[in-house]
Amino acid sequence: MITNFPNEKYIALIGNPNCGKTAIFNHLTGLDQKVSNYPGITVEKKTGKLKSDSDDVINVLDLPGTYSITPESIDERVVAEQFMDWIHGINRPSAIISVVDATNLSRNLYLTTQLLDLGIPVILALNMMDRVKDKSVLPEFSDLKEKFGLAAVVPMSALEGWGLNELKNAIQTSITIRNPRKSRMLFSSHLEVHELLNPLSEYLQQQFDYTPRLARVQALRLITRQSAVDLYRPPHSGEHYFDTEIVSIIEELREAAVQAIEKAGLNHRTLEATIRYTWLDNLLQQSENKEVEVLRKITRSEKLDKILTHPIFGPIIFISLLVFIFQSIFSWSTYPMDWIDAGIGLIGNSILDIMSAGILRDLIVEGIIGGVGAILIFLPQILILVFFMTLLEDSGYMSRVAFIFDKFMTKVGLHGRSVLPLMSGYACAIPGVMATRTIDGWKERLTTIMVLPLMSCSARLPIYALMIGAFIPARKVFGLFNLQGLTFIFMYFLGTFTALVIAKILSKFIKTKGHSSFVMELPPYRVPLMRSVFHQVYSRGKLFLFNAGKIIMAISVVLWFLASFPKVTVDSTNISNLEQIEIVNPIHNSYAGKIGHTIEPIIAPLGFDWKIGVGLITSFAAREVVISTLATLYNVEGDGENVVSLSESMKNDINPKTGLPVYSTLVALSLMVFYVFAAQCMATFAIVRYETNSWKWPLIMITYMTSLAYIASFLVYQGGSLIGKF
Amino acid sequence: MNSIADFKPGDIATIIGFTGEMELQSRLVEMGFVPGIHIRIVKYAPWKGLVELKIRNYHVSIRMSDAKNIKVKRFDY
Repeated sequence: MITNFPNEKYIALIGNPNCGKTAIFNHLTGLDQKVSNYPGITVEKKTGKLKSDSDDVINVLDLPGTYSITPESIDERVVAEQFMDWIHGINRPSAIISVVDATNLSRNLYLTTQLLDLGIPVILALNMMDRVKDKSVLPEFSDLKEKFGLAAVVPMSALEGWGLNELKNAIQTSITIRNPRKSRMLFSSHLEVHELLNPLSEYLQQQFDYTPRLARVQALRLITRQSAVDLYRPPHSGEHYFDTEIVSIIEELREAAVQAIEKAGLNHRTLEATIRYTWLDNLLQQSENKEVEVLRKITRSEKLDKILTHPIFGPIIFISLLVFIFQSIFSWSTYPMDWIDAGIGLIGNSILDIMSAGILRDLIVEGIIGGVGAILIFLPQILILVFFMTLLEDSGYMSRVAFIFDKFMTKVGLHGRSVLPLMSGYACAIPGVMATRTIDGWKERLTTIMVLPLMSCSARLPIYALMIGAFIPARKVFGLFNLQGLTFIFMYFLGTFTALVIAKILSKFIKTKGHSSFVMELPPYRVPLMRSVFHQVYSRGKLFLFNAGKIIMAISVVLWFLASFPKVTVDSTNISNLEQIEIVNPIHNSYAGKIGHTIEPIIAPLGFDWKIGVGLITSFAAREVVISTLATLYNVEGDGENVVSLSESMKNDINPKTGLPVYSTLVALSLMVFYVFAAQCMATFAIVRYETNSWKWPLIMITYMTSLAYIASFLVYQGGSLIGKF
Repeated sequence: MNSIADFKPGDIATIIGFTGEMELQSRLVEMGFVPGIHIRIVKYAPWKGLVELKIRNYHVSIRMSDAKNIKVKRFDY
């Protein structure tokens, strides 16, 4: 684990999931981390610098949301490990901002009571004040401050952007506090409990130099969950290394304490929380009448859910939404794609006019503009996709989808919380794999990771769009649907359906360890903030352009060299017929040509020619590279007098051996199906290796996906050819 | 003894405690499922896999298999 800010002051943001920590973080630092309306959208630590007039540098640390300091899932473990460091005096922040959702005070303040045990100044940020309709339900702020022993209480709204200056002022004041006020929470009223825990807490106190209070708290925490013991075990012990001996003594003492607690008729799993809530509820003093009145109130979100999570309408609405989104991606993008295409053609041709003929001009026009340009065309589609996905997430709808489908997902070996990672897989597998950290069962999490790359990501989108646009007739079927759009949706369906089938199979083989549970808040629906939606779309677009600008350009340039050299001079007097002209096109003797021709026999049964073969190799780095590869190859092969359109070149390409077109509808289908399944993304393998901590899983992933791709393509092409013969 | 699973949407119940060795009880109690607190059963998910509850002014969903381990008694209002 990396050390945060050595020798620099910093403050940490901690709070329940979906309470607006990241929104506050963005306000404080001026950064633009992703915010959403889904519990658990932040799975990693994020850092930034506080924007202020002061010369002192104050760093800000944003942590994933958690309900408690003892972890249930991996995203929560990040916070717990950080906490371990602080307890042991390492890297302690100058102050903690405890972010709470003011509409839901008692549950949020539970975590605050845990933070107060550290002896670090705690500022209470009462966020979402805009949503508190009846301010009379809130306790007096000065009361809160006094009774909890807080450094400050700041009512605010990150959404409406007020209270932030007050928060910054509170930060400046708090970080100078030398002796923070002690938490006022009275553990002394539970003397009998502490008596029972004495052997454990005394050991902790003398072994780690804890204060008596911290020792008692840690003892309570240790008996709550096994995961609290595991936090003393490397690699989860933060910066520490505790001897195995120490850990096994803790383990033994814990076991004895658990026995003693149970014997006294108490519940060791709920003791810490019960003590804290007794204190908390007593302090907030809400009458039973008021409590029931709040419970009985039917919220607007609940009314919406009558339809949206209805047993029948719910699933229908979800599927219709998906169909609508994919249909829109295809139909809305036609015009902007044409504009970009025309623009690229214009640029290429003007360079042809300006520059004199030569290798450099060839490199720019054929390699860079041909290759990179072919990919840029698909920017609009990717932006539309990200736009819709962000809307679904920000509105609060995604947690409802998890609610609707948990039962179904469990049946196929996944988890309700697999839905969001899988859906983000439509944009890109990498954030999807990271989002699986909120799934608390290891088996379900691993299964989700393993099938996630089968969800058609945005890198497949250009391939589908190109093939469908060029080779699937734009016919209406059933007088309503466009055949092209349907084919497009079918490719997404094929990937998703296969992911579910493979999940079912995999879950039979992955040996289970630990239990799985589902506890998920259903946050209120919210009209998505357009600023934040467009920010998501913008950063996703930037990433795509950045990739196109860097990786794809580099591969295009290398490929251009491979396709252009060695130059073979052709003696035209010996050419007698058209077929020979084709064969002696210098590209066939180039390095790329030789590589392509070498692998052609392996892929010929799938209906692919040598150019696609080269594309399959280059796109192992990233799928969309196949497009730029084909574009570069056709441009090099062309006469160099203008920039050729990729789809036109593909339509006109003739196989010199058979005299038939290289591409047919069947070849296009076979190629698309290949890309639905093929494992072709270095970045995905790297993240899977990182998240599973072994090479085993990425290797299994590459093997099963590549086999699946080959077999499926083979069946499509050979099966299709057979049917064609009758 | 009743569990949440015995109630229908719209009912309000008072939490008594948990049954069995249910691991999830630590998390639920941290989320405020403490004895004496009231909950409203909001609805069941399709295929009755999950139940949505309202407690302490927030909505949360848990699996039916876990809901069966939460002991409650009817609260009449």
